[in-house]
Amino acid sequence: QDKFTLLRDTRTDGSFLVHHFLSFYLRAGCKVCFVALLQSFSHYSIVAQKLGVSLTAAKERGQLVFLEGLKSCLDLLFGEEEEQSGQPSPLQFISESTSNLKALFDFVRTSLTPTDSDAWKGPVLLVDDLSVLLSLGATPVAVLDFVHYCRVAVCSQLKGNVVVLVHSNEDSEDEDNELVVNSLCHHSDLILWVEGLATGFCKDVHGQIKIIRRVSLELTAEQDHVQVYQYKIQDKNVTFFARGLSAAVL
Amino acid sequence: LVFTEEDKYGLYSNLLFKYFLAEGVVCGHDLFVASAKEHPDNILKVLPAPLLDDTNRNELGEEATAVKSQEFQDSMKIAWRYQNLPKMEASPTTSTKFGHYYDISKTMSPELFQSVKWHSFYLPEELSSQPEIKTCYMNSAYARLLQSIQRIIYQEGFDGSDPQKKQKNILRIGIQSLGSMLWGDDICSSDTPEDIHSLTKFLYVLRGLLRKSLSACIITVPAHLIQNKAIMERVTNLSDMVVGLESFIGSERETNPLYKDYHGLVHVHQIPRLNSLICDVSDTKDLAFRLKRKQFTIERLHLPPDLSDTVSRASKQDLAESAKLLSSGCGAMAIGKKHLDF
Repeated sequence: QDKFTLLRDTRTDGSFLVHHFLSFYLRAGCKVCFVALLQSFSHYSIVAQKLGVSLTAAKERGQLVFLEGLKSCLDLLFGEEEEQSGQPSPLQFISESTSNLKALFDFVRTSLTPTDSDAWKGPVLLVDDLSVLLSLGATPVAVLDFVHYCRVAVCSQLKGNVVVLVHSNEDSEDEDNELVVNSLCHHSDLILWVEGLATGFCKDVHGQIKIIRRVSLELTAEQDHVQVYQYKIQDKNVTFFARGLSAAVL
Repeated sequence: LVFTEEDKYGLYSNLLFKYFLAEGVVCGHDLFVASAKEHPDNILKVLPAPLLDDTNRNELGEEATAVKSQEFQDSMKIAWRYQNLPKMEASPTTSTKFGHYYDISKTMSPELFQSVKWHSFYLPEELSSQPEIKTCYMNSAYARLLQSIQRIIYQEGFDGSDPQKKQKNILRIGIQSLGSMLWGDDICSSDTPEDIHSLTKFLYVLRGLLRKSLSACIITVPAHLIQNKAIMERVTNLSDMVVGLESFIGSERETNPLYKDYHGLVHVHQIPRLNSLICDVSDTKDLAFRLKRKQFTIERLHLPPDLSDTVSRASKQDLAESAKLLSSGCGAMAIGKKHLDF
C-alpha cells in the first residue's frame, strides 16, 4: 500500500512491466487510472487480452480510467470549439506557453477519488511513460511537481500505489530526462530497473532486471536490497531466472 | 512511423523514400508527399518502375537455387564444426514475395500513376497561401503540415469517420528532410535551438494521427546535422521504427577493404513492438546496402576473410572497431556497449 514504484529502462524496452502491472492491479480488483501517453488503447488492450484481462470490460464497469494521450492530444489540437465543454483537456499544457501539468493532475485526482458507488480496493496510478512529457514541452521541474502532487494525492491521501515508467540511458545527452530520472530514483520505494545485456543482443536472454527495494528510506540503517535476474519475453508471459541460468544454457 | 536518419548527402535515403512511395502506387494506396525543398510533383515523376515481369523474378529465383545446390555438395574439411549451421542467406529469399521489386534505372510510367490519388504539400506554396493557423507553440511549418495531413485523413475517410465508404484504403505519407532548415527549424544549425520541442511535438501528434487512421508514414531526417543529441533520443522514443543509413562516400571507410562491395551500412536502431509483448527480431544485425545499376539491395554484411600477409596491429584495431559497431543491437532489444574480448 501507498508505495511509489519506479520502472526504469536502459537500452531496452521496459513496457512489458507496464502491461504486467496493468493486468496485475486489474485482477486484484483495484481502481486503476492509466495515463497512456505512448501507445493507443488497442495496443494495450490486445496485450492485456493475451495476459487474460479485458480492458474494455474494465473500462465499462468503471474499474479502469484510461487516458489515451495520443487521442487526447489530437482532440486538443484539431477538436472543434464546441467540444470543449467545461472540462479542460488533461494535456492542455501542449498548447499553452506555461508548462503546467495541473490539468493532468486534476484529471488523475478526479478519476481516482472514490465515489460512493465504488467498491474497489485501493486506487492505482499507472503512467506510461513520463519521458514523453518532456518531449512535449514540459520542464523537468513541472514533471517532478506533477509526480509529487500525484504521490501526495494517491499514496498519502487515498492510500493507493503509483507506478511510473521512465527511460534513461547511461551516457544520455538528454539532461532534462536524466534529472527527472535521478530525482525519482531517490524518492521511490521500489525500483525495477530493466537493462539490456552488457554483452549485446542475445536471442534467449532479452535483458536483465534489477529489483531495488529502498529499505534505506525507512531510516533503519539498512542498505537497499538489490536483486538481479535475467529475463526472456515470450508471447504471453515473461520468464525470469537467475543470472547465467537461462534455459538455453542449461 | 518509420523514421530514417539520412546519410550525409541524402542520396540513399532519397532512394528509400521513393521505394516507399512507389510501393504505394503499385499497391493502389493513396499517397501524401510533403517536402520543403523539392516540389512533390517532381519527386513523384521519378519513382522507380516496378518489375512486373514474372520472367525476371524467375531468373532471380533460379540463380538462388543453383547456388544453393552447389554449396550443398561441398562438405567442409577444416571448419567442419560449422557444417551443421544453416546456410546464411545474403539476401531475402525470392520465393516469398513480400512487396514488389523495382528497377531504378527506369521511371514509373504515367499510366500506372494515374490510378492513384495523391496529395502533396510543398512548403513554399503553402506558406504563401494560407495566412492564419493555430500553432500551439510549434513551428508554424510543422503545424501547417499536421493540419494538412489531418484534413486529408478526415476528408478522405482514412480514420473511419465516413461509414459509407466501403473500400478501405491506406494512406502512405512521405515527409522529406524534416527538421532541416528549410522547414524553419533551427535544430540542424545551432546547438541551443530556439524551440527544442517543435520536432518532438510534431512527431507526437503525427503518431496520434497515424494510430487513429489507416496510414503509414516514412520520414527522413538529416540526423547528422542535428547538434543536440537529446532530440534524437526523444525522437527514437516516439517512433515505431528507426533506421539509419550511413553511406561510405567521403569517409575513410570507402577505401576500407572490409566494405569494398558495399556502399553503406544500415543501422536498425529500433523495431516496432506493437500489439504484443515481443517484437520480431531478425537474426542478423549487421546490414549493409549497395546500389547496383538496377537495384538497391540491403544485405547481411559479410566480412571478407582476413587474407592479409602482414597481420599488422593497425588493421586489427580497425577490424575490432568495425566489429564493435556491427555487434550493436537494436534499441528495442539489448544494445551491447562494451566490446568484450574472448
